[in-house]
Amino acid sequence: MTAYILRRILYAVPILISVNLLTFTLFFVVNTPEDMARLHLGVKRVTPEAIAKWKQSHGYDQPLFFNGEATGTKKFTRTIFFEKSVSLFLFDFGRADDGRNIGRDIRQRMGPSLAIAVPALIFGLFINITVAMTIAFFRATYIDYWGVIASVAAMSVSALFYIIGGQFLFSKLLRLVPISGFGEGANLIKFLILPVAIGLLADMGSGVRWYRTLFLEEMGKDYVRTARAKGLSEPRVLFRHVLRNAAIPILTGVVVLLPLLFLGALITESFFGIPGLGSYTIDAINSQDFGIVRSMVFLGSCLYIVGLICTDIAYVRVDPRVRLR
Amino acid sequence: MPKPVLLWTDVLIYCLLVSSVLALFSALKKEHLRLPLRQVTGCPTAMAALVVLFFYLLVGLSDSFHFRLKLDERPGQQIQYAPEVLSLLDIFVGPLRTRVETTYSAPLAIEAYTKETVEDKTGRRSRVYPRLLYGGSHLKDPNLRLSDIYGKAVKGSAFGLVVVTFLATIGVFLLSRVHKTVWRITAGRVLRGQCHAAWRTTFITAGVLIIIFFALAPLATHYHLLGTDKVGQDVLYLSLKAVRTGLVIATLTTLIMLPFAVLLGISAGYFKGRIDDLIQYLYTTLSAVPGVLLIAAAVLMLQIYMDIHADDFSSIAQRADIRLFFLCVILGSTGWIGLCRLLRGETLKITELEYVQAARALGVSQWKIITRHVLPNVTHIILISAVLDCSGLVLSEAVLSYVGVGVDPSMISWGNMINSARLEMAHEPIIWWSLLAAFMMMFGLVLSANIFADGVRDALDPHLQRG
Amino acid sequence: MTQILLSVRNLCTTFDGSKVVVRAVDDVSFDIRRGEIFCLLGESGCGKSITALSILRLLPSAGRIASGTIFFDGVDLCRLSEENMRLYRGKRIAMIFQEPMTALNPVMTIGQQIAEVRQRHFSERPVDSHRRTLALLDQVGIPDPKRRYDAYPHQMSGGMKQRVMIAMALAGEPEVLIADEPTTALDVTIQAQILDLLRAIQKARGMAVLLITHDLGVVSEVADRVAVMYAGQIVELAERQAFFQASKHPYSKKLFDSLPHRAKRGESLAVIRGGVPALSSVFIGCRFANRCDEAWEVCETATPRWLTQEGTGVRCHLYDATVSKNQVPVASTYPKKDRQEKESGAWGEGAVASPLLRVSDLAVHFPIHQGLFQSVVGHVKAVDGISFEIDVGKTLALVGESGSGKTTAGKAILRLIQPTRGLIHFQGVDIAKLHGKELRAMRKSFQIVFQDPYASLNPRMMVGEILREGLVVHRIDPGREDVRIDRLLEQVGLLADAKRRYPHEFSGGQRQRISIARALSVAPRFIVCDEPTSSLDASIQAQILNLLKQLQVQLGLSYLFITHNLSIVEYLADDVAVMYLGRIVEYGKVGEVLASPRHPYTQALLSAVPEIDPKTQREIIRLQGDIPSPISPPSGCHFHPRCPHAMPICKETYPSPTEKGTTHRVLCHLY
Repeated sequence: MTAYILRRILYAVPILISVNLLTFTLFFVVNTPEDMARLHLGVKRVTPEAIAKWKQSHGYDQPLFFNGEATGTKKFTRTIFFEKSVSLFLFDFGRADDGRNIGRDIRQRMGPSLAIAVPALIFGLFINITVAMTIAFFRATYIDYWGVIASVAAMSVSALFYIIGGQFLFSKLLRLVPISGFGEGANLIKFLILPVAIGLLADMGSGVRWYRTLFLEEMGKDYVRTARAKGLSEPRVLFRHVLRNAAIPILTGVVVLLPLLFLGALITESFFGIPGLGSYTIDAINSQDFGIVRSMVFLGSCLYIVGLICTDIAYVRVDPRVRLR
Repeated sequence: MPKPVLLWTDVLIYCLLVSSVLALFSALKKEHLRLPLRQVTGCPTAMAALVVLFFYLLVGLSDSFHFRLKLDERPGQQIQYAPEVLSLLDIFVGPLRTRVETTYSAPLAIEAYTKETVEDKTGRRSRVYPRLLYGGSHLKDPNLRLSDIYGKAVKGSAFGLVVVTFLATIGVFLLSRVHKTVWRITAGRVLRGQCHAAWRTTFITAGVLIIIFFALAPLATHYHLLGTDKVGQDVLYLSLKAVRTGLVIATLTTLIMLPFAVLLGISAGYFKGRIDDLIQYLYTTLSAVPGVLLIAAAVLMLQIYMDIHADDFSSIAQRADIRLFFLCVILGSTGWIGLCRLLRGETLKITELEYVQAARALGVSQWKIITRHVLPNVTHIILISAVLDCSGLVLSEAVLSYVGVGVDPSMISWGNMINSARLEMAHEPIIWWSLLAAFMMMFGLVLSANIFADGVRDALDPHLQRG
Repeated sequence: MTQILLSVRNLCTTFDGSKVVVRAVDDVSFDIRRGEIFCLLGESGCGKSITALSILRLLPSAGRIASGTIFFDGVDLCRLSEENMRLYRGKRIAMIFQEPMTALNPVMTIGQQIAEVRQRHFSERPVDSHRRTLALLDQVGIPDPKRRYDAYPHQMSGGMKQRVMIAMALAGEPEVLIADEPTTALDVTIQAQILDLLRAIQKARGMAVLLITHDLGVVSEVADRVAVMYAGQIVELAERQAFFQASKHPYSKKLFDSLPHRAKRGESLAVIRGGVPALSSVFIGCRFANRCDEAWEVCETATPRWLTQEGTGVRCHLYDATVSKNQVPVASTYPKKDRQEKESGAWGEGAVASPLLRVSDLAVHFPIHQGLFQSVVGHVKAVDGISFEIDVGKTLALVGESGSGKTTAGKAILRLIQPTRGLIHFQGVDIAKLHGKELRAMRKSFQIVFQDPYASLNPRMMVGEILREGLVVHRIDPGREDVRIDRLLEQVGLLADAKRRYPHEFSGGQRQRISIARALSVAPRFIVCDEPTSSLDASIQAQILNLLKQLQVQLGLSYLFITHNLSIVEYLADDVAVMYLGRIVEYGKVGEVLASPRHPYTQALLSAVPEIDPKTQREIIRLQGDIPSPISPPSGCHFHPRCPHAMPICKETYPSPTEKGTTHRVLCHLY
């Protein structure tokens, strides 16, 4: 088990390197450091000296991938790619274009992101399982039929409409909660309740439908017949036998998402003006701040790999048949 | 003669159309695909969804033949073409495109939505709701508006009913020729829903849609059925134009990702070992990058490239089209991972099966084993996932456009409509119709695509059939 | 003790499909008395499992009991509410299922699953049910119940799981135990253990048992009375003694005749033509008429009555005094498409003996990876140095229980699995050394027929395409492939129109014929038959065995016949090699090995085969425990932990071969 996890962590290193390589290539193939400097300095002050100075101050004064002037291994180490990557691997994210410390920003914005994502996940899981279980209990009846149609309809609506519609209905018409913003302490709930509820609703369609499929698949298996042959009641068969087995794919599907919760919900956060990582990312995309985008990509891939490892561990925890070697 | 304009996406759409027709015909020859397809035609909800999809497809396709109209000819001069690129759809909907108001107007209104200061003949200024330039301009008396609307709608539906009856008769006649029975018997079967295919549902859905079309057509040409937007463009026109964008994103992306997914997925599962490791490494890396960020990075890159090489693009339409095309490429290059994983797993299972071992024992070459034994046994997975992905892609277009990394802002799309409608929701009084239009059109497409995909999955997935 | 406990009367169970109604059980009546073992015998698809599920009302969602009554201790189970029915399930009527692998919940410990029954029906406190469960585990012969209580199903072998299933069924202290093919998925030695256990428990508790099986041997071992089912109906009901001495119904007789046996060597087995009719069809005459050799006109037109006498009965016009007997069977007027199966004729003793295939020291080791860098920490020695020879036109049977490595050996010989070491001399060429093109060209000389008729044919290819594949690869008869395909189909007893149909349109037996035709298509000299009949019904098995024998004579083929069924070996093979944990423990002529087995394992295997002739007296050797895992085989002789004759030396060293006569070889310290 320990060996397995160690191996997975080692395996992550090449993946992170190529993720970095990918982002670097994407950005620098067309957008050279000169272009970046020009963009930031503005049209007026563009002189070769100014560009050189900007590049030096932002650490772009070296070749991209290969330094022909250096010797030995320095041919590779004295490059933008190497230096920027190494600092990323040390979780030193550097500064944004406006001079702010990216690392500190990320730490600050993690909290609000989690405040939305964690309740949405927990309540969502609970509600989706309950609804799907109910539908599965009434399988092959009208409740099942219309339940499936309702969840297909629900998943056919863009998340944007849930947000816009929700804001309009609850904030503008009914004036129950503030339309957007973020607060502290008890105030927080007022701000959170709508985005969380909308997050739940937007995922419910696909969630319920998937869980129903899982439950029905399990219910077709032989051990369910054995359980019925023992004289157990249908709810007991469902909760004691079926749910335990169906929980394996559900749980592992959720665990892979857990670390990514830190990244926040892009759309929800920007609509509700929540100062989380999601809105941070969107702002960075809009202002073309490469430093932030690169940091978020790196963070995201790290968390994804952590998620994968957690999934494997979760498998061992919930499924007695799985052994990691 | 207008001068045809070939956009990149148009060419690909033609290719897609031709290849899917060919694929359908070859699928009909294979029994393992023909039977499930027959089962799909027997499922009423799937057929209703297919009819709706067909109408969307009609709109999208007619919007994919582009040309530039000839300008008025002057003797002795070279033939000149209008700078703007039009499509067949623009010609069909004629007045919808050209009757542009000055600014917002509500659906079916004849007056502007906000008061304006007008000066009458005597020079007196007053704040009034001015009459629209086009919407309801045929009405002398504003009070006749409602009765005119109802009259046109009823007349239109009546005409629609006649057309539907006519078409249904032809349909039943053709069916009876196919079934080689008297048409009276065929009609009875269709009415009682006793045919193998769900013809009754198909006819009813198509009929309802046609009647709605005929009822709304006179209204759309005399009024602005769904109102106008900020610059006075007809919202109905916008939402029809957006159909093509949505369809292109959904279908082209699938077309682009399929070869990757199939090739890599099957090779990983079949060859195992180092090749498998490499492919797994590739897709783990790609899926480790948060999707939106990867797309954002790629789109930003493209944008900068286009800014630098602005001269290479002769028109705005072409520019927007290139961006649309690249968006499809980018979505496709991240979208293959899911299917690739599925195919890898399935191929791993199949290569352990005895018929593959028997083929190896016969000395069949690896390439032939893949094409004859593995590929035909994963076709259903490819089909199911291709159909399932389509609806998700339409939805993601809206989100990406909202984030600012979707289609070109000048391109008409549901995402862009929603994006601008967001500000309109804060307008007093509220302007709701753009959002509603985008919502309805998108919901219609995605819902029917989802329902159709469910039908296809139920028919093709052997796993579900047993249960 | 002849009081009737369970009485099924005119039971009809139907499955409503989208177009057709399948009458899976059609007018079935029988009684089960207290304390007796009642066997329901029949081939797959005859409705015997559905009958059992109907009694417990556990039918799949498409099925329903259309009519009939099921009286249990005076109560009609069909009329009970679902809630009251649950009081019977698991409490008064318990059931064990065929597949112990899937019938247990994989994420609950076996203790929990058994205790659940006690808690449900006796409202016991957890402490009490825990104690009871331990007692039950002990009773069904599970060693170390305390530790096993917390084990998960996947940690146990198939036989152990079936014991757990029995314990679970006993937990409710039922009056009737329904056992649906409880030993079909198990090896013979384990089957013998489970049958012993069932019989012992039934005696001790005075339970009634409804045992469902397709195996005449099992019936003869345990039954008190037996009912034979065919196509949804009971065609014969008899006491065991009477049934085995003189069965009445032509179908029952045919079942006996179709079993392979030593006594039938050299002659072809009796077969039942065709297959079981579809249960969705409407029957006019006797359901067996079209497969019956003794049928005449009446059988075609009139439904036979159920003729009953003193608790026995038969459904056949032959025994109906009111039916005129025109004793000229119409069988001769039937189209003889299966004619060649009935052509008997002594199988020649084969051509001049010269080894076609010589395998020496063949081994297949699978590495076990472990640790940080997945380094190889050991090997699973699936096949560990086996040697044998097969002569032209001869059959070598490779016998062993599951996990003995026999299938791996077969595949390694064909180079479908890369052997770790060893020589495979085929016609003088070592095929273990061949590569790429050479190997591919060589492949037309040796072929394989697989066990599972459903997985061995590509469902997306027509039969014609399947057969053409090998012809195209090896450029056999270019341009005239169709003629050859027609001839192949004829050879295996299929009609020529089969080539334009897909595999799913064929029954299991027919599919196996197609597999054989595919193997024959490239005119091989040697065929590995990997349990080709183990998933087929007895009557179909006889057809396939006949076909294989006949082809051997016609074409001079050599077979490596992999099987666990010793009666097939007795009937078919010339030589036999008994495998245990990757090694051959006994090797010789069939006559020598099976008539005077030397190795204790061979002796145990032979004695575990249920004997259908109750008169035969034999010494019964019961093996303890399961076949160990090949990952860590026991030290010394692999067999010593289960061996009744184990000596101290057996733990130390692996025995070297001892020659018993010129052809008989055994690896045991006893000799």
